[in-house]
Amino acid sequence: MAKKVLLEIKKTAEDIYKKIKKKKQPTLSTPIRALSNVSYNVKDGFFELNGKEKTRTLTASSVKAFAQALRMMALSKELIKNDDIATKREAYYVSKNWEDASFNEQVDSDTVMDDIEAMLGVNREQIGFIPEEKGGEIAGDLIVIDKDPGTGKNIKIDCKKFGSGAYSIPSSVEQLRFETKAKFVLAIETAGMFQRLVKHKYWKKANCILISMGGVPTRSCRRFIRRLGDEKKIPVYVFTDGDPYGYLNIYRTFKVGSGNAAHINEFFCVPKAKFIGITPQDIVDYKLPTHPLKEVDIKRLKDGLKNDPFVQHHKSWQKALKLLMKMRVRAEQQALAKHGLNFVISNYLPEKIKNPKSWLD
Amino acid sequence: MASTIAEEMAKKQREISVAEFFEKNRHLLGFDNKRKALLTAVKEAVDNALDACEEADILPELVVEVIEMGEDRFRVIVEDNGPGIVKNQIPRIFAKLLYGSKFHRLKQSRGQQGIGISASVMYAQLTTGRASRIISKIAPDKPAHYYELKVDTAKNKPRILKDAEQEWDKPHGVRIEIDLEASYIKAGQSVDSYLKQTAIVNPHVTITYVNPKAEQIIFPRVTEEMPKQTAEIKPHPYGVEIGLLLKMLANTQFRTLQAFFVNEFSRVGSGTAKRICEEALIPPSTKPKRIHREEAEKLIAAIKKTKIISPPTDCISPIGEELLEKGLRKEVNAEYYCAVTRSPSVYRGNPFQVEVAIAYGGDQPLQQSANLLRFANRVPLLYQQGGCSIFRSVTQTNWRPYGLTQSNGALPVGPVTIAVHIASVWVPFTSESKEAIAHYPEIISEIKLALQEAGRKLQKYTLKKRRVGEELKKRSHIEKYIPHVAIGLKEILDLKKVETQKVEEQLRKMLEKHRGKLEELEFDPSKSVEFDEEFARIGREEKKEEEEEKVEEKEEVKKEVKKEKVKSKKKK
Repeated sequence: MAKKVLLEIKKTAEDIYKKIKKKKQPTLSTPIRALSNVSYNVKDGFFELNGKEKTRTLTASSVKAFAQALRMMALSKELIKNDDIATKREAYYVSKNWEDASFNEQVDSDTVMDDIEAMLGVNREQIGFIPEEKGGEIAGDLIVIDKDPGTGKNIKIDCKKFGSGAYSIPSSVEQLRFETKAKFVLAIETAGMFQRLVKHKYWKKANCILISMGGVPTRSCRRFIRRLGDEKKIPVYVFTDGDPYGYLNIYRTFKVGSGNAAHINEFFCVPKAKFIGITPQDIVDYKLPTHPLKEVDIKRLKDGLKNDPFVQHHKSWQKALKLLMKMRVRAEQQALAKHGLNFVISNYLPEKIKNPKSWLD
Repeated sequence: MASTIAEEMAKKQREISVAEFFEKNRHLLGFDNKRKALLTAVKEAVDNALDACEEADILPELVVEVIEMGEDRFRVIVEDNGPGIVKNQIPRIFAKLLYGSKFHRLKQSRGQQGIGISASVMYAQLTTGRASRIISKIAPDKPAHYYELKVDTAKNKPRILKDAEQEWDKPHGVRIEIDLEASYIKAGQSVDSYLKQTAIVNPHVTITYVNPKAEQIIFPRVTEEMPKQTAEIKPHPYGVEIGLLLKMLANTQFRTLQAFFVNEFSRVGSGTAKRICEEALIPPSTKPKRIHREEAEKLIAAIKKTKIISPPTDCISPIGEELLEKGLRKEVNAEYYCAVTRSPSVYRGNPFQVEVAIAYGGDQPLQQSANLLRFANRVPLLYQQGGCSIFRSVTQTNWRPYGLTQSNGALPVGPVTIAVHIASVWVPFTSESKEAIAHYPEIISEIKLALQEAGRKLQKYTLKKRRVGEELKKRSHIEKYIPHVAIGLKEILDLKKVETQKVEEQLRKMLEKHRGKLEELEFDPSKSVEFDEEFARIGREEKKEEEEEKVEEKEEVKKEVKKEKVKSKKKK
């Protein structure tokens, strides 16, 4: 695998070099990473890239981008050759040694990294870059089998034994294996709700694995749950706020991937996930306290209904989003506390899980 | 029998003289604090001197002296080479409020109400108890008259303390000497700034100024050409309100209403006069003195319905684009200048004309609000910027397309000075101190049009500058990044040194081929021949000192607070 990536990098550089030698202007092509350039793969249930590419020709205005892309690729080549890694932040600091070609902000170096990743059609771990972010937290009936970084021996991590704390998903999850007898995985939007469920040992009552996503789940969190769900053949439920962000950013990304990382969605999404969070219908049925939708929420709703290929393939979601649009309100997970702090444990989750008709796909 | 309350009150009710009123309300005349008092006294005297010279067609030569006499005591001396004032008018002009030649006419001049100079005399006597000294001479072969004057505030009449003939080496002119309580600053809203800005918009004037630090500054004239003589015009019917109409009807010497309209107003012929009368259902042959209030109201309504040509506009004398720009060149060291003089327009029957000049770039700070200079009938306006329709027009204009930044409803930000001049037969000030122009929609809209016209000229320059800047950036890009493209390729493909150099060479050839020659737009201070560094520094240099003063004041306050604390502790 590493060899293939190295060859790809060399080939890209070779093309540029040859063109320059022939006194022709070299070009760099990257797939466009946006919702407008993905389609929903119905059969496997994820966003895949369409063919659209943006091609940059080397001119006075693009010479900086060219220089930075080439130097970043050279760095990647070094990392792969030496079997080393660099975090996104470290890569940004490495660039500080490139004088004029250095990056002012990390977002700039991240973008170039994402472009290279998409250009080579691999994920960034394969070109030696790893994300800074933590992958999510786990509590419940799960034993993760990892290797000791020092000795290389297998170690078993029991996610039941973290007390009031939790196990953190590492940034690279490919080497992990699992043992579990749980009936389902529950991925939760907020750390607060996760805390409540851990505190009252919901995972024991319901015989499940609890995962806190902390907003939009990271790639490794998605990959971890994907592997866990597929290999252990257990269902995956997602529990978010009842708002456009929870539906379209968190759940949609979790289930089918994002436009920005479409070139790797195939591996980094959980197509079998089901939505058991607060639906617009729940707001009515449970008489939940609400807040009015903000302008960004409404914009997101409209955008989702109009442009999101996932929504376009799911009538139930269209119906839900339209209903929310009409209601003009949103409700948080915590709103369930109106009926008592532990209403979510005693009533909401059991009722929801029992009744698949109340889910969204 | 005891008197009723009303009778008791009646004993206290009596007439208030204008002088007494302004004595109590001195802020209305620009005497609200010591700093402003000094400026107002100088300003009123200078305005009168310039008006007099211009009316007599004499190139003005002024001497202005401000002498520090003691703590908060200053002597202001203003001397001109104008036509002088005849002997028996001197006391009333200088020591009676609301006496003058300019109120009852419509003509572009600096003074308007006949309050200013006598208010200065009154303020002087109030704060120092001293009379003001005036010398006037009307011809070389006539004697000069010397007066010491005060205002009798209860009666609003001059009090003559001394009246004598005197030798004076000037052929003709007026000299006034006033002692008043005041304080002096050099920078900001100061006498120095006022005189400098006066010089900018009055290029035909020479002023010799000695400030309280005994520094002599000479503002020499830059043109021998007098401004166009301005004609006096009659009021236009559209600008007349009921009160004024009644007064004019009572005072007219014409026997019929028709003749009254034709002769007392501008742009009214016999046909138009007839139509007004018919519209009001009043016979044109009616005697004007017999028109009462209700009929006058009908006449006003009839005037509004009748079509009357706009007033003549040749009665206004603008500074002119060329001279206005020249004045700005002296003051601001910029890269680009432009000026616009609009054609005259009318508000409420009064003709007026707007001029705008802009200086951009150069020495001016990049991140500060625009420097706004306001002028009305060639007089700089230094106070109450926020309440002035010039300020409002500038803030309501969208400057972003012209290459400046601006947040909503604020002055634009950028290296720019904007000068706006309004000339009119009657400038509508918001108060008697003449610091801000009232918000007439017609005036604001004209100012905005002038600003936009000048803005579009500025835009051409800023766009060009931006284009050149971008081109320069691209060129430096090529220089900067080509080596890095080569390094990247070298590291990935393990190129040799020769090969890497070849890559750089090829790329350079490839990218520079398309670039043409570049226009030179860099700011070169040595090119601004007309910029006068000494001149520009007047009224500016003390800013630092002022700040230090403020800091000192604060520290003093702190010390006092500490002392008090110590005291209260001791008590405990």
